[in-house]
Amino acid sequence: MLEAKGLGYRVGERWLLRGVDLNLAPGDFLAVLGPNGSGKTTLLRLLSGELSPTEGEVRLLGKPLEAYGAQGLAQKRAVLSQGREMSFPFTAYEVAFLGRLPHIAGREGPEDHARTWQALEKARAAPLAERFFLSLSGGEAMRVEVARLLAQEGEVLFLDEPTNHLDPRYALELLGLFRAMAHEGRGVVAVLHDLNLAALFADRVLVLKGGKPVAQGGPETVLEPSLLEEVYEVPFRKVGSLGRIPLLLPVPQGVLRGT
Amino acid sequence: MTEALSTPSRLRRYRRALWGLALLLPSVLLLGVSLGAYHIPLQDIPALLLRGEGVAYQVLVALRLPRVLGGALVGGLLALAGAALQGLFRNPLVDPGLIGVSAGAALGAAVFIVLLPGAGALETYGLPLFAFLGGLLATRLLWRLAHTPLGVQVTVLLLSGLALNALVGALIGLLTFLASEQELRSLTFWTLGGFSALTWRLLLAGLPLGLLALFLLLPLARGLNALALGEREAFHLGVDLERLKGRLVAGSALGVGVAVSLAGGIGFIGLLAPHLFRLLAGPDHRFLLPGSALLGASLTVLADLLARTLAAPSEIPVGVLTALLGGPFFLYLVLRHKREVYRA
Repeated sequence: MLEAKGLGYRVGERWLLRGVDLNLAPGDFLAVLGPNGSGKTTLLRLLSGELSPTEGEVRLLGKPLEAYGAQGLAQKRAVLSQGREMSFPFTAYEVAFLGRLPHIAGREGPEDHARTWQALEKARAAPLAERFFLSLSGGEAMRVEVARLLAQEGEVLFLDEPTNHLDPRYALELLGLFRAMAHEGRGVVAVLHDLNLAALFADRVLVLKGGKPVAQGGPETVLEPSLLEEVYEVPFRKVGSLGRIPLLLPVPQGVLRGT
Repeated sequence: MTEALSTPSRLRRYRRALWGLALLLPSVLLLGVSLGAYHIPLQDIPALLLRGEGVAYQVLVALRLPRVLGGALVGGLLALAGAALQGLFRNPLVDPGLIGVSAGAALGAAVFIVLLPGAGALETYGLPLFAFLGGLLATRLLWRLAHTPLGVQVTVLLLSGLALNALVGALIGLLTFLASEQELRSLTFWTLGGFSALTWRLLLAGLPLGLLALFLLLPLARGLNALALGEREAFHLGVDLERLKGRLVAGSALGVGVAVSLAGGIGFIGLLAPHLFRLLAGPDHRFLLPGSALLGASLTVLADLLARTLAAPSEIPVGVLTALLGGPFFLYLVLRHKREVYRA
C-alpha cells in the first residue's frame, strides 16, 4: 500500500536522506530506527507527502503522492507528529474532532461526531473530552492526539516518536493499539528511539545512519549487537530474549556500577 | 447516538453566543440611531421616514444612519480581520493596528490622497482600493518577517509591527509636506480616525469590498481550526496551506483596507472582539469569525455613541475611547502571556 523507490532528499549540497527503498503491505508495522540526525524524520516527512523528494518517488495505494491533493492525501493517511503547539483554548473534543476534517464536505453530520466519540473511546481519552487541551498532561494530550489520528481513519499511519514523554504503561498501550490497527489491515510506519519497543511491536525495522539505510528486515535478524554498535557507536549487549525477540541494552565503555 | 452525546455542551454555548450577538447588534444600532446631540425618539423613526422632510429627518438620514451603519461595518471588518490574523499568525496578541496592517492601509490611503489628487469620481473607490493594497503589502511583509521554520515568532512579529508603525508614521509625515491645505485636512483625519465624515457615498463604495472580505474569510474557518494545531498538522489534516494563507492575507487586508478608508485607524477592536468571543463561547473559528464580526460591530457603534454623547456637543475621538478600553486589556493579555510562557 506504500512504496518508496530510490528516495533521496537534498538541502543545498547535503543529502539528508538517500537511497531508501521500502514496501509496506496492509498489516505491516515498520519501525524506523537510527541515531539522532540519521534522517528518520525526513523519511517520514517524505513518505507522508510533507516534503517532495529530490530523487525517487513514493506511491500510496498505487498512485504517486504528487497525484493527490492535500485533502485526498489526508483521507488516505494520517500523521502523528511530535510537536504539540496550541495557542487557543480548544477542548480535547474539538482537537479530536479535527481528525474528521478531510472527510467533511459542507456541513458535518452526526456520524462525524459518532466517529470522534468512538476514536476517543478507543484511545481511552473519552473522559478528557470536555477538558481544555492545553491543560492536559503529556500522556493525556498524547491520547487525545491519538484519538484525532483514529478519527481521521487513514489507511496508512505515520508516527513520529509516539512514545516520547510517555511512561512505560502508556507507551506499551499506545504501541499495542497501533499493533492492533495494523492487524486490522492498516499500514503503520513509526519512528522509534527505543530498540526494545521496536523489537516488541514491529514486524520489520529499517535502520538508518547518516541518511543511508543500513539494514532492513525482521527485528530478530536486524537487531544484532554488532550492527547496532556500528550504527550507534556505543557497545550493545543482548541481555535476554522474549521468545524470538531480542532484548538489548546499550552499555558504557567504562566500568559499570556494581560489576 | 443521542444529540446530547454527539454534540458536547460547548456547541450549544457557541450557538447561544452567536444568537445573542446577532440580537445585540440591531438593538445597539437602534440605540445609536436614536441617541446623540439631537435626540430622535425610537417610536418617531417610522413616521419620520414616511414624512421624508424636516430637521429630524435630515439628521436621521444624512448623518445618523450612515454614521451608525458605517461604524458597524468598520467594527465588524476590523474584528473579523483581527480574528483571521490571530488565526493566521497563531497568536492571540495580534491586532491589525498593533502589527502594522492598519498603518500599511493608512499609508496606501495617504499615497492616494496626496499623489493622485483630483481623481474625482474614482476617489470613493480608489481610496479603499489603495488602502487594501497598502494593507496587503504590510501583511505579506509581516508574514515574511515573522515566519520561521518553527512557526511564527511573536517577538519578531510584534517588533516588526513596531517598526512598520514607526516607518509608516514617518512616511505619512513626509507626505504632509507634499500635501495641499485640503489634502492635509484629509490626512489628519486618517491619522486620528473617526466616523464623523461618513457619507452614504463612501459607505456604499466600501460595502461591496467589505462583503467580499467577508466572503473570502468566512469559509476559511475549518482551515483555521486545523492551523491552530500547527502548520504541519494542518497539512496532514488535508488543508491546502498556500491557498489558505493567500486567502487569509487577502481577506484580512481587504477588511482592514475598507475599514481604514472609511474611518482611519480605530485601534484595538480587532484584538478585543475575538478575545471576548473566546471568553464568551470558545475558539472554534466557525463561530468565532461571524461572532467577532457581530461583536466588533456592536462594540464600535457603542464606542462611537459614547464618543459623541459623553462630551456633547463636542466629540471625543472614537480612537481615544477604543484605546482606553483596549490598552489595559492588551496589558492584561501580555501579563497572562508572560505568566504562561515564563511561569512568572
